[in-house]
Order: sequence, then C-alpha cells, then structure tokens
Amino acid sequence: MSSLTHEVRRHNHPGSGRRKAPLTPKGRQVKPEALTEIQVLLAERPRRRDLLIEHLHLIQDRYGCLSAGHLAALAQEMRLALTEVYEVATFYAHFDVVLEDESPPPAVTVRVCDSLTCEMMGAQKLMSDLKAMLGAGVRVVRAPCIGACDKAPACHVGHAAVELATVDAIAKAVAGEPQHAPVPDYEKFAAYRAGGGYKLLEDCLAGKHERDSLIKAMEDSGLRGLGGAGFPAGRKWRFVLAEPKPRMMAINGDEGEPGTFKDRYYLERDPHRFLEGTLIAAWVVEAPEVYIYIRDEYPAARHLLLTEIAEVERAGLSRGVRLHLRRGAGAYICGEESAMLESIEGKRGLPRHKPPFPAQVGLFGRPTLIHNVETVYWVRDIVEKGPQWFTGHGRRGRTGLRSFSVSGRIKEPGVKLAPAGISVRELIDEYCGGMQHGHAFKGYLPGGASGGILPASMGDLPLDFGTLEQHGCFIGSAAVVVLSDQDDMKRVALNLLRFFEDESCGQCTPCRVGTEKLVKLMERPRWDESLMDEVSRAMTDASICGLGQAAANPLKMAFKHFRDDLLEERR
Amino acid sequence: MSDTIRFVLDGRAVEARPGETIFQVANRLGAEIPHLCYTPEPGYRPDGNCRACMVEIKGERVLAASCIRKPTPGMEVQIASERAKFSRRMVFELLVADQPPRDAAHDPDSKFWRWADRIGVAASRLPRRQAPAADRSHPAMAVNLDACIHCNLCVRACREVQVNDVIGMAYRGHHAKIVFDFDDAMGHSTCVACGECVQACPTGALLESALVDERNLAVAAKPEREVNSVCPYCGVGCQIQYKIKDDKILYVDGRPGPANQNRLCVKGRFGFDYVTHRHRLMKPMIRKAGAAKISDMEIDPANPWTHFREATWSEALEVAASGLKRIRDRDGGGALAGFGSAKGSNEEAYMFQKLVRTGFGTNNVDHCTRLCHASSVAALMETIGSGAVTAPFTEALNADVIIVIGANPTENHPVAATFLKNAAKLGKTLIVMDPRGQALKRHADYMLQFKPSSDVAMLNAIMHVIVKERLYDRQYVAAQTEGFEALKATLESHTPEAMAPVCGVDADTLRSVARIYARAKSAIIFWGMGVSQHTHGTDNARCLISLALLTGHVGRPGTGLHPLRGQNNVQGASDAGLIPMVYPDYQPVKLADNRAKFEAFWNANLDPKPGLTVVEIMDAVHAGEIKGMYIMGENPAMSDPDVGHARQALAMLEHLVVQDIFLTETAFYADVVLPASAWPEKDGTVTNTNRQVQMGRAALPLPGDCRQDWWIIQEIARHIGLDWRYTHPRDVFNEMRQVMPSIAGISWERLSRENVVTYPCKGDDDPGDAVIFGDGFPTPSGRGKMVPAVVTPPDEIPDAEYPMVLSTGRQLEHWHTGAMTRRATVLDHIEPEAVAMLAPGDLARFGLRPGDVARVVTRRGAIELKVRADAALQEGMLFIPFCYAEAAANILTNPALDPFGKIPEFKFCAARVEKAKESAAAE
Repeated sequence: MSSLTHEVRRHNHPGSGRRKAPLTPKGRQVKPEALTEIQVLLAERPRRRDLLIEHLHLIQDRYGCLSAGHLAALAQEMRLALTEVYEVATFYAHFDVVLEDESPPPAVTVRVCDSLTCEMMGAQKLMSDLKAMLGAGVRVVRAPCIGACDKAPACHVGHAAVELATVDAIAKAVAGEPQHAPVPDYEKFAAYRAGGGYKLLEDCLAGKHERDSLIKAMEDSGLRGLGGAGFPAGRKWRFVLAEPKPRMMAINGDEGEPGTFKDRYYLERDPHRFLEGTLIAAWVVEAPEVYIYIRDEYPAARHLLLTEIAEVERAGLSRGVRLHLRRGAGAYICGEESAMLESIEGKRGLPRHKPPFPAQVGLFGRPTLIHNVETVYWVRDIVEKGPQWFTGHGRRGRTGLRSFSVSGRIKEPGVKLAPAGISVRELIDEYCGGMQHGHAFKGYLPGGASGGILPASMGDLPLDFGTLEQHGCFIGSAAVVVLSDQDDMKRVALNLLRFFEDESCGQCTPCRVGTEKLVKLMERPRWDESLMDEVSRAMTDASICGLGQAAANPLKMAFKHFRDDLLEERR
Repeated sequence: MSDTIRFVLDGRAVEARPGETIFQVANRLGAEIPHLCYTPEPGYRPDGNCRACMVEIKGERVLAASCIRKPTPGMEVQIASERAKFSRRMVFELLVADQPPRDAAHDPDSKFWRWADRIGVAASRLPRRQAPAADRSHPAMAVNLDACIHCNLCVRACREVQVNDVIGMAYRGHHAKIVFDFDDAMGHSTCVACGECVQACPTGALLESALVDERNLAVAAKPEREVNSVCPYCGVGCQIQYKIKDDKILYVDGRPGPANQNRLCVKGRFGFDYVTHRHRLMKPMIRKAGAAKISDMEIDPANPWTHFREATWSEALEVAASGLKRIRDRDGGGALAGFGSAKGSNEEAYMFQKLVRTGFGTNNVDHCTRLCHASSVAALMETIGSGAVTAPFTEALNADVIIVIGANPTENHPVAATFLKNAAKLGKTLIVMDPRGQALKRHADYMLQFKPSSDVAMLNAIMHVIVKERLYDRQYVAAQTEGFEALKATLESHTPEAMAPVCGVDADTLRSVARIYARAKSAIIFWGMGVSQHTHGTDNARCLISLALLTGHVGRPGTGLHPLRGQNNVQGASDAGLIPMVYPDYQPVKLADNRAKFEAFWNANLDPKPGLTVVEIMDAVHAGEIKGMYIMGENPAMSDPDVGHARQALAMLEHLVVQDIFLTETAFYADVVLPASAWPEKDGTVTNTNRQVQMGRAALPLPGDCRQDWWIIQEIARHIGLDWRYTHPRDVFNEMRQVMPSIAGISWERLSRENVVTYPCKGDDDPGDAVIFGDGFPTPSGRGKMVPAVVTPPDEIPDAEYPMVLSTGRQLEHWHTGAMTRRATVLDHIEPEAVAMLAPGDLARFGLRPGDVARVVTRRGAIELKVRADAALQEGMLFIPFCYAEAAANILTNPALDPFGKIPEFKFCAARVEKAKESAAAE
C-alpha cells in the first residue's frame, strides 16, 4: 500500500560535506566472536574489578598473548573502560599486548635473568648466544631476578625454570614439552599434620589460646618483618587489631629483590608451616579475608599452594577465613606493600602515599595486616618452642635467626639460616664453603639491589636490621651477593641501576626520570660524580616509595667505597 | 576552634583547618610552593606525583609532598629549607631535560614554564630522552607528549572529573605514557572531546588545536580579553569564559558555575565558530516578487539571492509588520501565530509572548518545549502544581539511588551526566532504564533495556511491588499525597509476572529495582524525552511522579523529580510564558483573574481563549485558519513531526516573518528574513534545567547589519502599534520580576554580580531554593496527587509492511536542527553527515554493511541515509538523529499527539529499512 506522500530527495545541508560519517560509534568496537571467546573463558568467574589481573592471566595462558580484540571484549565483560584494561595489561611484564597491526609473540619465550648474580655468571653472553641459536621461532627476552641466584645463571623457558643454565640445556628445554614448572618435593599436608602441624591453629580456633598471649609471644621473640622493612611483627598485630572491623590480611609473596630466594625456598619445601602461620595471624587479627600474592616467577610455589590450600579448606582448618591466592604478573614494585595492595585490587602496582598506613587504610580501604611469607612461616615455631628459642640465637648482641639468600662468588650459595648479627665473612666461611677458587673477596651487597654495597674492609659488620644504616646500607631481605676482585664495579652499579630503571613504576618524577637519567649518565664513559650525586639526592629525598629512595644506593656506595674503580674511563 | 591543628610552618605557628593539607595552609597564608600535578579546581584530588611541592618535616627521613600531606599537631614543616628547595629545583631540572626547547614550546606560557621561570630552572644538564611523536589526529585537540610530565592531571580529568574514561597512563617507569584507549590516536579513540584534559594540562602537551600551528608551535595570538557567560547549547547551563582576540573567540574555558564546576562538553568548548560561518545572515532580506513558495523547497544558504533581495532595516521591518497587521486587522488575531525560541534569552521570550498576546491579540504562541517536555510539564502541573524540576541534578551526589529513564545524558546533557557518573563512582546505586544502550550502562548497577513504549507497564509493575510488599512510605502518603486508593486499584493487576512479557524485563529484576528504590534513604529520578515524546508521555511522567510520591522521595536532599530540559533556555522560555495556555510563571490564561491582572499590567486587551500549540498551529494553517506567522529562532521545517506536512503549511502561509542568524529550512518559506544576534553577541539571562537563572554576556560585536533580537522584537511591536520603550534587556527583566513571583528576589544587578541565582527566590538576600516541596505542594489541596495510568499502545504499531521501530533524538555533537552545530567546524568534522543507527544483526539481516546507504520508509515518507552499526540498539529498532537536513528524520515521524501535553510521538513509529537504490546498484 506504500502510498508515499513525498519522494526521497537528498536536500542540501549546512555541513561542510568534506567528510564521511564514521561507520561505528567512536573508538574500537567489540567483536562478537572475541566476546564469545572471553565469555567462554571466564565462564562463571565473577567479573569484579579486582580480578582483572587474574582474568588477563587466563587470556595470556590460553591464547599466548592479549589481543586487542580480547582486551576490548574483556573490558566490556567486566564493565571497564578500554583504557582501564590497557593500562593494567601494559604495566606488567608478563602480559603480551598485541594490537591489530602487530603479530603475536612466538609460542615459546625464554626469559633470561640478567640481575646481578646471573649477570656475573654470564647471563649477557647466554642471551646473545641463545638469540643466535634459537632463531625467530623462540623469543628470548631479559628478565629481572627470578629467585634462582644460587643456581645462576638461570632462566625461564615458558614457566619452567632452567637453573645453572647453558645454551644446550635451554635448547633442550625449548624442544621438550611441556614448559610447565615441575612441582618440587615438599612436605605434604598429611606429613605436616603427622608432625604436629595445625595443632596450634586448631587450639587457637578452639579457644585454647588467647589472642593476646600470641601477640605477646611474637613481641617477646623480637620477630621482625622479614620482607625487608623489619617492623616488629607483634606490634603490627596489635596495631591492626586496634582498628575497626572488617579487617583484611595480605601475604606478600612478591619476592623480587635481586638476590633473594628465601621465600621460594620455604614455600617449595614446607608450605603448610607458612599456611598455618598465616591462618594463626588471621585468627589473631580477626581477618576473614586473606589474600596471598605470589609472584608470577614462582609458578611451582603457586601451584602447590593451590593444591595445599584446598587440602586445608577440606580439613576445615580455614573456617572463618577465605584464602585468596593471587598471581603477580611481573613487576618488582609489587613487592612494595601498598603497590601489592593495588595489584591485588586489579590495578597497576603504584605505591600509595603514606600516611595513611595499610594497617589503617589498606586493601579495599580496610585496615590490613600485611606480612612477608617468611615472617608468618616462623609463627608456629615461635609459639610452640617459645620465644626464647628464637631469641636464643644471635651474635654480636643481636638476637634471632635470619634466612640469608647468599649468592655470588662463593662455593656453596643458597639459603642459610644463620644467627642475626653474623658477619659476611663468617657467613662465607662457616655457611658457604668460602670464596670460589680464584676469587678474592672484594665487597658485598648486604640487602639485594636496594641495600647498598660494602667493601671487604667492612666484612665484619654485624648483619641485622639497624646495624648497617649508619653506613648508608640496610639488610632488607637479607640477600647477600658476594663480589670478588673479578667483578667490575661500574658494571655492577650499572646493572643495579638498570634494574631500578626497568622496575620503576613511573609514578613520581624523581624515580621515573631520575633512574633513566642516571642510567644515561652511567652509560657515558666518564662519570660526572657531582651531577650524579645531585640526581641521587633528589631521588632519595623526594621519591614516593622505597624503590626510588633506595635506587641510587648502589651508585652512592660505589662512589664511597670503590671510587678508584669508577673514575677509570671504561674501555 | 577546637578541631584546628596547630603546627609550625617555616618557623611560624600556624593553624590548619580540619582536612587541610600543608599546601592549602601555606597557600592560604600566602606562602608560595611550586606545584604541577596539583590543582585546586573542584573535582581534582591531590595525587602527589610530580614532587615539585616537597617540604621538609622535622624528624622524617624523607621529604613530603605538601599537596597531599596533612599536618599533625606540633609538626614542624619547612618550605624554605635548603634540602627542600634543592629537591624541588632538581625535580624541575629532571623535567626540563625532556621538554622541547623553550623557543619550540607548544605553550611557552604554560603553568610548567611559569614555575620553572620562577624557581630559576631554564635549562637542564641532563641527557634527553627520545621524544614521543605528535598526534594531530583529532580536529579539536593537539597531543604533543614530548611536553608531558606524567602529572596525571589529564587522567584525573578524564577518569575522575568527567568520567569519560578514555585517557590512561599505560606502560611502566620511564616508558609510562599517556594513552587514549589502547594507545590509539586521539582522533580514533572513544574520546568525546569534552576538552577537560586540555583545560587541566599544565604543560601544553594537550592543547586546543587552535593554539598551535601545523608544526605544533604556539600560535602568536593570545587572548586580549575574557568575557564570562553561559553556554548556548543544552539545558545544563554551563558557565563559560570566552577568550577573545581581535573580536574573535580564540577558545573557551569552563567556569565554576553550580551546574558545571568548570566542566564543558565538545559543543560548549569547541562549538563556537558557527557565529562567523559564511552562511551568517548579514542583511535584512525580502522575498523577491515571483519567488514562489513550494513545499519541500530548497535555497542555498550561501546564495539566498535566488529568492530574496537585500533590504534596509526600515523597509524590512515595515514589510514584516505590515503583513502581520494586515492579517490581524482583516481576519483577527486568531489568524496569526508566533513561535519563539528556547535558544534565546528570558527577556526575548517574555517580549515575544507579550508581543503576540498584546500586539497580535492571540495566545497562539508556543515554542519547542511542546516537542520536548510538554507531557512532563502537563503531568507535573497536574500532580504537584509545578512544571520545573524539584531538585538540581547535582543532588545525585546526595542520593543513594539514582534512576535515569528515557534519557541519554552522556549525549544530550553531557556535563550533567558527569555528575551522575561521579555519583556512581561514589558507590550510589545507578539504575538506567532505556530501550537503547548508552554510555551510562557501564556505570549502572541495573540496566533495564525495556521494549520501546512499554514505560507504563514497567513502572506500574515496579509500583505494584512497592504497594504489595508495603514498601511505600505510609506516613508520607497519608500526610502529603492524594489518590493512593485509586492508584492501588489500578496497580493491582500490574504484577511483575503480567508485565514482564509486555516490557521485556524479567519479574525478578522489576522486584529488585522496586525494593532498591523504595528502601533507599534518598532516591532521585531523572528523565528525558524517551519518557515524554510518546502519545502516552503524560502517563509515563505520571507514573514516575507516583513512584516518587509513594515512597516520599521528593523534597529532601538527594531526592526529587528531574526532567532533564533540552535546550539552554527551555525552562526560562516556559517560565516567561512562551506557552499558549499560560502567562508568565504558569498563570493559566483560562482564569479570568489572571487575564485581568495581565490586562492591567500590560495595558492591553487579551484573548481569553488559550492558544494553539506547535503542531496544532500547523494544522490550523492547513485548515486556512492561520495565515501569518512570526518565527524567531525556531525551525519547524526540521523539528516538527511529519515535517512534510509542516513544510506544506509554511508554504501556504500568506505572510511569514523569520528572525534568525542563518537561512534555516524554515526561512526558505519566509517573506521577510531579519538577521539577528548569535548568543555570544547578546546580553541576557537564561534559566537552566536546575532552575538556575544565569547571566549571559555579549562578547562579540554584531556582524554586518545584524541587530539584537530584543531590538527586532521591539521594532516589530512598534510597527504594529505598541508603544514599547525598552532600552536594554535589563529593563525587560525588571518588568518580568513584577509579574513573576518565582524570580521576585532576582534583580539584574544581583545577577550581574553573582552570575547565577536559583529560583524560587523571594528577596534580595534569599539564596533561592534548590530542593523544593519539602513541606507540601503548590496544588489546591497542598498535596501531591497520584494519577494512575494504564498501559496504552503507541499510536503506530509495527506490522509486516513496517516492521521496525523508529526512534529519533539528538547526538552529542549536534544540537536541535543542526543550524548552529553543523556550521561549527569541529562538530561538523566529527559527525559530518546523516546516519541511522541499527544493531549489527539487523544490518546483516537487511543486507547492509556499515556505511551503505539505506532507505528508511514510514507512512509519512522516506529518506535515504548511511547506516551505522551500533550495538547499543536492540534488534528491531533504529535511531535517527533529527539534525540532518539532507535526510530529515522528521519526514518520517508520526504527528500523533499525547492528549494532555500535545507532544508528538517522536520516539516511536513503524518503519521499514531497505537498501537504497544507489547503494544496491553499487554492488
């Protein structure tokens, strides 16, 4: 019946007529196929924002990269803006974002650790040899410390670590399959229980212990935060307990300080001692939600925790507490406690301003107890054996035990449980079998990349919290890297500064620009000490977090103790 | 005060107010601290990242950022210590290292360079990084990240202030980079060009394109004067500041008005060069003898001389007025009608209706409110005795629950939408109800994409639950309302289960939403033309009003009813009486007392009969009853439903006077065209959707032989025998105050001083009431009336021949009929031609690809235009903006009217989509 009153006429219009109408609404549109793939992948998982990084891992694991199409679909599915997803995906080193005009990375990635110990053990040559040998089908990239410094050089082929790596061993790993992390031999749930494990926790849950008496035991033991800051654990419990409910708890398993591997050591040997400590601490501060953040470089530890947490839950030992296992994605900064909280919330790992401190305003804005893995690992032993067991150890007037991650030019690197206050010379001689053949002790890093560098002449200082600060250093996570006369101090300092340049989150000017400028200055043949010092001072004084504040330490200490090495023009 | 904090600042004992930062205290006391990433503007939290404002605190290991650090009692803070000064200087030197050289700066007068100058860091000894490339992909903004200092202000602007969520800080460390979406070019991203980032950027990394040349160097032109005014576009009423050089607008910034807090949208920031467009009417024109008026005719606005000849003002006014007078004297006032404009000032609206009423002798005066919210106003007047909003949209921030229904504020009220998004981010529950998806959907806790035109079914089901589960506010209902029993009786049969298939929303969701709204401590409802533009528009609005009355969500902070008004002065023009059935301040023409009052005040005889409305006037022209019209700033040849019918009517008129700034599609039919003033050229007040009366100021001289609109109206009045002697809009405003109790307390002088006053306002010292009706309603009983509504179908239901539902409306870049926005370079660049939006699935079904030309046919006519794939549309529905002359959507729309509001059904008619012949031939 189409009885049109008017025929179609295209009228003139007042627009310029110079352009064409866009074919879609503004910006990238979500493709239905990509959306379906993401919906299938996420299945019934919640779409909460704090799960963004977990969901990105799902996509990366399944598709080997994060394509623009998948990211756009994920954004829509999680009701996030495109940019919110993109900025998180590009912050973390383990996500490969692939835009429409880019090609996906090869199926296999070899991440060669180039942190100090590995570099000392030949990482650079390994990397160039690998690139030449493996060709375009395999991606060879550098990586920051993967926590295998006792078996340097080390690398990851896919998710599997290759320690004491050679080109041949890596090539074999690349050819073989699968590239998953082998599960280490560790103390399983039944064995741990059989040895009296979880009795303390059950007694707590049954009301046989007072919260206060446990706090007292911690205080009496003098146990301090073993992630590096050294804050007394008992006092922290008391602070958090004084804050209003609901309270949260988070475990920092983002052990990334170059030279440190003690948390991995304990997780891969005795995870239940760690879990029991965690659950006891959660019971003390009455935190119903506990987030365990494990760095992505430790897939074996994460997998075994998944298994063992399920055991603990099945046994009803976690009643009243939900354990959330969260996976880092390749960012050293997330070892900074407030950056870790941001990351657990599914965001970029930018450290927060303090105050307020996490004990007051922490995870999801709630008062939060944060502990390093090793700190809670000792809780059971301290309560069961009594605080005096712990304080019974120590040298030079210091008390307690410290787990030193020792690497470098020594015969027997590894995790050494030694008395607090021990000197590096004692550590080398009594615990590490002495210096390697042909190497003379020249200096050492007492606390990883951040803790500064000391010369052999200061090899008798007690190693502990508070003993090295007067020398411009600190023990931090007790990662001791031993240097010898064959190590080039310029290269050592540059290696450490490059690490900080790579791992700076970029939030504040002194750290973001300062690390980059220092590296550029250090790459020059002649080092301009006064200019470097000015930059260093601003970084130390004006950076938001410890990374930027400590980043110039290696340079400062190198100038202080190894001046002659530095002022030489390099080749 | 006991809660102040005493501390020491540079050796001096000072006090901080609660919540104050060290920076704020120092700033208040006149101490200067450099700062880059901090801005005191509203909505911007301190971020403490640039480290330019470091101070030394005694006993602390490191320095602290004063912008974010709050003092504690006894704290000793040094701004001036050498250590602090050293760090601040070094921060600048680190940043200067990577800046383009000063003589190649994009903005050499940026906040960054001003501070660098002040602390004496002109150059850097440090090596430079590799500079990112420039991005000039956007028509309005230049992106030069080589000047970026990563201060994050643009991110906060985009994400926290405007919540458009386009800009991010991606990557890490020194690779960190400002990105748009996935590091896309700005012009290809989801950027909506609000320009907030440009206003926030302290370095010139983000700048108005107009301020840099093609090599990205700063252009020489600097503003030489600034004029504060109001945006001429939508009903939000953003306060703006024109930056002017050589009597041209260089650029525009937002000002801290109550409705915008410095924020603007793409139109208000980048949409002003229409005033100098080459089509601008510069001379009065008279239709040439023999230039016939034919329905659907066209004249080239660049060359009107095919149909018009130039005239002097005296001749043009004489011809214009004599034609009107002739008809009046011959056929009576009822043979004349006038359309005023919601785009003009209050004073112009008042003068225009006074002219029609006292000079023409008729109440046939109306304007586009008829096409926008007439049904909302009808329902509001009937139920609560007042047609305006009961609370400003900023009350969303005080609400627990926010309902947005039949509105797409991110497109149509972009700055109001920012406050809704702010509220959602604060954790308020946002419920969006709209057949079409929209940007708010991502922020909404509930998105009810109901079937088009099923509003009453959905809302009745929600109210059914509230009554059934006794969730209504019994005390409020008993004390403040009437009509509950009748409403209850009607709702009885509207169970969620019965209504779910009608509205397409499942019963559980309807129940949840009912419970959330009813149980909220405070809840506010926003609606737009998706509610009003239906033949049951009044019923839709009645339901919303009943919902609020049932639950007592009116009259308290965070509660209310807010129809989002469309045009910059649609509220004010209605208030001023530009409506056929009421005098100023909504005093009904029908009541003899009112007539007597206005007859005495205006010293004129007034027609006792209410006048005809917009669509009725066109019908009366067809019927031969109306023969002459005066149309000021309206464009019925584009905006009326079934515009073919309206164009026929315009062609039939014996005499048509059009007063406008461009030769609009309506002016094609004019006998006399009078060149008028654009908004930036005139003084006058406007009233926004929040009832905020604001002062607009002339910023530019009138071009050519243009005249002020108030002057033209007065001259027409004088030429038809009225003795008017206004000398300035101020005189008109002061007259209005005498007959409009709502603005009694607002004088021109006060408004000049304060820029904005909310009405109702009784006296000079009355701040005005933002939230009204806390203590009853201006109805005869003092109670709010709940009027039940039953489900009625739309006038035209899709069938086999016309299977699709066509909805029309606006889009972000274009406003009303496009007369201004299509002549604004940036807006035309972003949305250059007519498009119809369809679901991707529908496009495939019709064999169309995005960009193909489709033919859209309804019972009124057909148009051909490009199609766009838009997932926001549900299948079976298409949306066409009505601003495109080349494919005027209103050729298609159904002129069927709502019986109460007389508003046409723009949001629903049956249509067919097919491949256009030229498109088909292309295959």
